[in-house]
Amino acid sequence: MATDTRRRQSRRVEKKRGWKDRLVIGSMIGVPTVLVVWLVWLPAAASVLLSFTRWNGFKFSAIEWVGTKNYVDIATIYPPFWPAIRHNLIWLAFLFVLPTILGMVLAVVLDRNMWGSRFYQTAFYLPVVLSLALVGFIWQLFYSTDQGLINEVFGSTVDWYGDSSVNLWAVLVATSWRHTGYIMLIYLAGLKGVDASLREAAAVDGANEVKTFFHVIFPVMRPINMIVLVIVVIESLRAFDLVWIINKGRNGLELISALVSQNVIGEATRYGFGSALAVIMMVISSVFIAIYLRIVFREERR
Amino acid sequence: MARPVTRGPRPSLTIPGSVSGVDRRSILRGALGAGALLAASGSLAACSSDSTPATSGGGGGGKPGNVKFGINEAKGSGPAYDRLAAIAAAYTQKTGAQVAVNAVDHNTFQESITTYLQGSPDDVFTWFAGYRMAQFADAGQISDLSDIWPIDGMSDAFKKAATAEDGKQYFVPVSYYPWAVFYRKSVFEKNGWTEPKSQDDFMALLKDMQGKKITPFAFAAKDAWAPMGTFDILNMRLNGYDFHMELTKGKKKWDSPEVKRVFETWKTLLPYHQENSLGRTWQEAATSMAKGECGMYLLGSFVVDGVPKDAADDLDFFTFPALDASIGADALDAPIDGFCVAEGGADQEAGKAFAKWLGSAEAADAGNNASSVPFIAANSGASTAKYGPLQKKSVEVVQNAKSIAQFLDRDTNADLANTVITVALQNFIKKPDDIDGITASIQQQAASILG
Repeated sequence: MATDTRRRQSRRVEKKRGWKDRLVIGSMIGVPTVLVVWLVWLPAAASVLLSFTRWNGFKFSAIEWVGTKNYVDIATIYPPFWPAIRHNLIWLAFLFVLPTILGMVLAVVLDRNMWGSRFYQTAFYLPVVLSLALVGFIWQLFYSTDQGLINEVFGSTVDWYGDSSVNLWAVLVATSWRHTGYIMLIYLAGLKGVDASLREAAAVDGANEVKTFFHVIFPVMRPINMIVLVIVVIESLRAFDLVWIINKGRNGLELISALVSQNVIGEATRYGFGSALAVIMMVISSVFIAIYLRIVFREERR
Repeated sequence: MARPVTRGPRPSLTIPGSVSGVDRRSILRGALGAGALLAASGSLAACSSDSTPATSGGGGGGKPGNVKFGINEAKGSGPAYDRLAAIAAAYTQKTGAQVAVNAVDHNTFQESITTYLQGSPDDVFTWFAGYRMAQFADAGQISDLSDIWPIDGMSDAFKKAATAEDGKQYFVPVSYYPWAVFYRKSVFEKNGWTEPKSQDDFMALLKDMQGKKITPFAFAAKDAWAPMGTFDILNMRLNGYDFHMELTKGKKKWDSPEVKRVFETWKTLLPYHQENSLGRTWQEAATSMAKGECGMYLLGSFVVDGVPKDAADDLDFFTFPALDASIGADALDAPIDGFCVAEGGADQEAGKAFAKWLGSAEAADAGNNASSVPFIAANSGASTAKYGPLQKKSVEVVQNAKSIAQFLDRDTNADLANTVITVALQNFIKKPDDIDGITASIQQQAASILG
């Protein structure tokens, strides 16, 4: 009965809406939809279509259907592809381990309102403000073989950016330097939002600091953990800037995003081949997006 | 424990723009769509930082019309910009036609070229000879300039470099720079070294340098084009200019015994090159030579821009010695810079008139007189008064060369050069023993790209 009345009421409210309201609502839904379709879905669909063609980007009439050739080529005779997949996965795993844990630890330490914590907060967060192009340049000063700080101080002759067995790790350290501050800030914000009475209750129950953190604080920060998870996945899939400014994503720094750019941007105009790489990247991203959405929806249903 | 009521702050506030907003990937994806193609070319055409407004209607009555001039040097980027700006100003002074200069950063210009030409390009733009020019001629993006050829003072070699596959000219050369082996005169004098004339001299020099604890060759391969210079010169010394041209045009195979021989020879020379080259820029390698840590550096004559002034005055060079008596040493890389008229430009007549003048000795002189660093003019009538000893020698060397190649990435299909050969050469430097694997991989991909 009760629900019935409510439904009827809401119908009456709907009827009251004038044509002006309808127009406003219509345009608020319509304009973004058109934009999303035009700027996201159409180009994405075009990429998928182009990935089955060969096209040099000059005339539409020059588009030539080649079936799955681009995909076959990528998987079989394109040497940078498999290293790129591997590097993206290493990137993902590394960002999960080092900067996330480090960022969390820093946040917990800085949350204790120790002396000078504001200074440290700023210091750790500073790299996040810098563009990755600048980060690459700053680390070049450390990593340069002949003139770099690290080799100068330790008397080593490691070719940090050039030796393909170490350069990925060197770049990951540079990325982490920036990423840690970011994770720290998010956790710091999360910790500030945790109700103080929870800590008190835990203290009354006799839990020590470590136990309080793992059994009370950490579970409460579940939404923050989800955000961090998503950010790490996105950051590692869209990793691009740093390797691009270092060596255009070659020689040990291959990433899918860099390969797409190599083939499409610049003088090389392998639009079909580049699109195929972009589609592969899109598929990989979708897997993670699907997992994330599943978790979020399950959360909401609860 | 029940779910606590208190939660953290709304997480969405902490999501950065990079996650939620327009990110690089959507731009990339967008670039594949036609809308973005138009937008990109529009922005390039629109960024004329210092355009003098062109007043319309000059064409008739013998007086050349106003032109738009796209150049690949940003305003204030140095001597290269000064020269081009001075050339444009001299044209206005001579003919009264306005030249609207659209100055774009060098790399940006190069990377946007395909979208630029398909949008609303300037009438005349700076470009390079070789396949890079021919591919646009083939695609109908640049105008046939055969009616302004021959140009007074331009040799047949330059005409050949301006000619596309269909036998017509599409390009007007203005300057060039040779690739050669550069060294410091003082270092050679101190050690009693002389320029090697033969392969035996050359090998003896390398061994002597190594004995004196000086790395014979400075070497950088971080920029993927840099090692192409070494490949080119070895290829032209071992297999000759004709093979270079056939290979770059796809008429010879990349896994042929000739190409393998180039890599084999390179492998024997690698121990005489600086180690860790893959992390080094050419500027850093040039510095090693300037400091005397390395004896020589095979590079384009722009190497002078990478060394301090005192070292630049001390530089000299020689051409790479012959490695095979039957082939000789009469070919070299000397990339030519110049101009094309865009098919999509607004005023073809005005563009062609301007392009014709750009090839003249007068234009070259106007550029060189306005700049602290002169270029080596393609036109033989141009004044050499401002040339330093290096440039005078360059002119001599190039004139004595029987054949002039552009450069591996200027002579080859851009897709193959930029996405395959670059990777392969870096792999070779990493794994010099895997010559069969590397050449086979290039050939497979070349067959797929060109076929």
